[in-house]
Amino acid sequence: MSNKMHIKLNVNGEDHEFLAEPRELLIHTLRERLNLTGPHVGCETSHCGACTVTIDGKSVKSCTMFVAQANGAEVTTIEGIGSPDALHVLQESFREHHGLQCGFCTPGMITRASKLLEENPNPTEEEVRFGMAGNLCRCTGYQNIVKSILAAAAELNAVKEAAQ
Amino acid sequence: MKDEVQTREDRVAGLKGLGCSRKRVEDARFTQGKGNYVDDIKLPGMLHGDFVRSPYAHARVVSINAEAALALDGVVAVITAKDLEPLGLHWMPTLAGDKQMVLADGKVLFQGQEVAFVVAKDRYVAADAVELVEVEYEELPVLTDPFEALKSDVVLREDLLGDGDTLPDGAHGPRNHPNHIFTWEVGDKDATEQVLSEADVVAEEMVYYHRTHPCPLETCGSVASMDKVNGKLTLYGTFQAPHAIRTVVSLISGIEEHNIRVISPDIGGGFGNKVGAYAGYVCSVVASIVTGVPVKWVEDRMENLMTTAFARDYWMKGKISATKDGKITGLWCHTTADHGGFDACADPTKFPAGFMNICTGSYDIPTAFLSVDGVYTNKAPGGVAYRCSFRVTEAAYFIERMIEVLAIELNMDAAELRRINFIRKDQFPYQSALGWEYDSGDYHTAWDKALESVGYEALRAEQAQRVEDFKAGKTRKLLGIGLTHFTEIVGAGPVKNCDILGLGMFDSCEIRIHPTGSAIARLGTISQGQGHATTFAQILASEIGLPADSITIEEGDTDTAPYGLGTYGSRSTPVAGAATAMAGRKIRAKAQMIAAYLLEVHDNDVEFDVDRFVVKGAPERFKTMKEIAFAAYNQAIPGIEPGLEAVSYYDPPNMTYPFGAYICVMEIDVDTGEHEIRQFYALDDCGTRINPMIIEGQVHGGLTEALAIAMGQEIAYDELGNVKTGTLMDFFLPTAWETPNYTTDHTETPSPHHPIGAKGVGESPNVGGVPAFSNAVHDAFRAFGLRQSHMPHDHWRIWKTANDLGLHG
Ligand code: FES
Ligand code: FES
Repeated sequence: MSNKMHIKLNVNGEDHEFLAEPRELLIHTLRERLNLTGPHVGCETSHCGACTVTIDGKSVKSCTMFVAQANGAEVTTIEGIGSPDALHVLQESFREHHGLQCGFCTPGMITRASKLLEENPNPTEEEVRFGMAGNLCRCTGYQNIVKSILAAAAELNAVKEAAQ
Repeated sequence: MKDEVQTREDRVAGLKGLGCSRKRVEDARFTQGKGNYVDDIKLPGMLHGDFVRSPYAHARVVSINAEAALALDGVVAVITAKDLEPLGLHWMPTLAGDKQMVLADGKVLFQGQEVAFVVAKDRYVAADAVELVEVEYEELPVLTDPFEALKSDVVLREDLLGDGDTLPDGAHGPRNHPNHIFTWEVGDKDATEQVLSEADVVAEEMVYYHRTHPCPLETCGSVASMDKVNGKLTLYGTFQAPHAIRTVVSLISGIEEHNIRVISPDIGGGFGNKVGAYAGYVCSVVASIVTGVPVKWVEDRMENLMTTAFARDYWMKGKISATKDGKITGLWCHTTADHGGFDACADPTKFPAGFMNICTGSYDIPTAFLSVDGVYTNKAPGGVAYRCSFRVTEAAYFIERMIEVLAIELNMDAAELRRINFIRKDQFPYQSALGWEYDSGDYHTAWDKALESVGYEALRAEQAQRVEDFKAGKTRKLLGIGLTHFTEIVGAGPVKNCDILGLGMFDSCEIRIHPTGSAIARLGTISQGQGHATTFAQILASEIGLPADSITIEEGDTDTAPYGLGTYGSRSTPVAGAATAMAGRKIRAKAQMIAAYLLEVHDNDVEFDVDRFVVKGAPERFKTMKEIAFAAYNQAIPGIEPGLEAVSYYDPPNMTYPFGAYICVMEIDVDTGEHEIRQFYALDDCGTRINPMIIEGQVHGGLTEALAIAMGQEIAYDELGNVKTGTLMDFFLPTAWETPNYTTDHTETPSPHHPIGAKGVGESPNVGGVPAFSNAVHDAFRAFGLRQSHMPHDHWRIWKTANDLGLHG
């Protein structure tokens, strides 16, 4: 098709350039074009948050954004948040506190939580619950997700303090 | 020797066996985004399928014109019932003995029904093509009310009318109306009616459990790949029962079973949604056979909510009788079950209403009668067990509402009424009036512990004061105390009375011990978040004395795993968990012979101790399981075959009966209809506890599903059969913000017939949670005369209840 757009994206630190139909959704770019299948599709209507990624420093639901809208942006997915040798504190914490079951919501949860803790390094339980309300989980009942995030916050703060 | 410094406790702890809150082995992949769910599967040359669906709930399909769609660049095929008919695939058998259209065969029976399957090079082109398929419909009158359907002249299923004057029988016996599916009766009708007529007190109520949906975060989907060179079909999909799917695919497609490989990859939650066989699975298979390349089908959320696997939709009319001191004498229930356009309920063959006959609950009710009428309507088929054993949630909700209504009738405290009617500990094994043998229980202990933990007396005093204050105009908030004591029936089940499509409901485990003392075990079940890879390794660790960390668990690939009936109805632990223990015991028996040989004593002179066999009376003489494993592969032992493997197919002698006591304390704002859960206490008794951390997580999750169902979640239809709640905008899934913290607790009454005494827990919180939330709402208004109001108790309905009771002044 001739109506393709020239798109540039930086995803998890890597530059990508390609031609895409303007209607291509960012979640499909990530999952199908770039094979980053960490972010998932749970609704395609902005409700569930399974597709959450970070775009230029903000949490975004990538199912309701055209790749054309993300042109030129820096995108971070769960794949860019930690590596097998250097897990993000949240990745450890979710395992430690049983913050996941089927794991389908988990990439979106952790991606969102990582942003939340950047925005608010010392959240109360209420603030975590409110700040995570855009991410649905059908398995855990959230109690252990909240616990995981609060524990990760404490740990990140302890590390920071130790460094000072 | 290193072993000598290890105490016995150290050795037990090192196994991470039963009772250990072992961290999950699954999590490393999931937290790093490396899960492998169906939609993550990408095969070379793969095409995408999408459905043309009916906008009408009841209509004739006059014509389908796919010309424009086929002309679109990238469209490969448009499949309709006409194409499937020569293959005999335009209809498929349902799990309930009915049949169901794969693609509309002349008419449609519910909104969203599959009419044509478009296959294209990518999902965008497929979606474009769906819009270009022209379908001409002729609308027919719509039936969405089951009571009306049983009186109507409108026939939904002409295919079941037969040729003669009399209506042919259905799969479950005689039908008394073209829209009637079956009547199922259990118990003693005459005796029950007699008891009711002679009773001091009879409470009567219609209890409606609305239609809802399991809505796992991942929708259903499949990828079919027909390899025409070697004649093999590989089918990946969201299957809670992969082996049964293989058998069904073989039976309906004619492909021999050994040429079909079914793989359930990671599953993003199931809760019953992924038990059934769906048109999408069949169409992806057919499309792959036709095109010779892999075809993927993944439904979107709207398709998921509208078409696959509704749950509940039971109208339960009840009568319960008692003496004037509150001793229950009889229970009568008639249920009108709305099954939608096809009877695709996922129940064992002999139980068309599942285990609804567990509706006598936790109570010693001497006489009871249950009848259920299944009805066709213009709604989606399904009828799955949404995180419960077959229809057990409906049964638990029914009896727990009837108890509350009886308490009102008797002017008694509902906790006390329960207490005086519980089945006593010494009555187990207990034969219920509706035919079950409860294996074990200690309800009084659980109940007392629960009441004491929440400070029940003080709560009632506070509630009484609140009512006074409300009447005096000092507050606009009421306090509800929601009580529930539930008994589950899980672990289907004994092959003698439980099968699905003729397949007995056993399950299986196959173990191979490697020479270096690690192992792989494969099971016939499939995890959807329950953490099987973690917990089954724990069962095995305790049985065979090798660390759980050295045991790999594999499920979900029919080419490698032994045959099993899958994971639903909380059957994994009761059935496959038992198979695991039994297979482990076979390993141990052989290990004992090897150990005796190595220690140069008689077989009976060694005994198992945690991770080794020791010579009786001489504990310093032993062989560890690791040493024995190596010997099994490197020594020629007279009379013993090399290797260390075992397989067990376990047919449970009975179901298991987990139970629990839940209490919900709720504040209700009379003017806005909003609620706040102040406290939720959940005591579960699931017998032997394999992994307390995972049990607690299951309870949190199940309670949150129960919260959703009781307080807002619903698949609602308008009178034209339009689904009003087809997106997550209208279909309530609680967020972290609306969900309370739960307090969990337990007692432990092992199952006497299960090899390790475990009963299963995954579904208890849904079964017990729904009545606890709902009873809290009802209880808040009890002082103002409320007996029964229908779920879900969303803000509008609660406001309406308050308004109807005249509480808005
Ligand atoms: S898939 Fe993006 S919010 Fe649900
Ligand atoms: S862990 Fe399954 S949806 Fe959150």
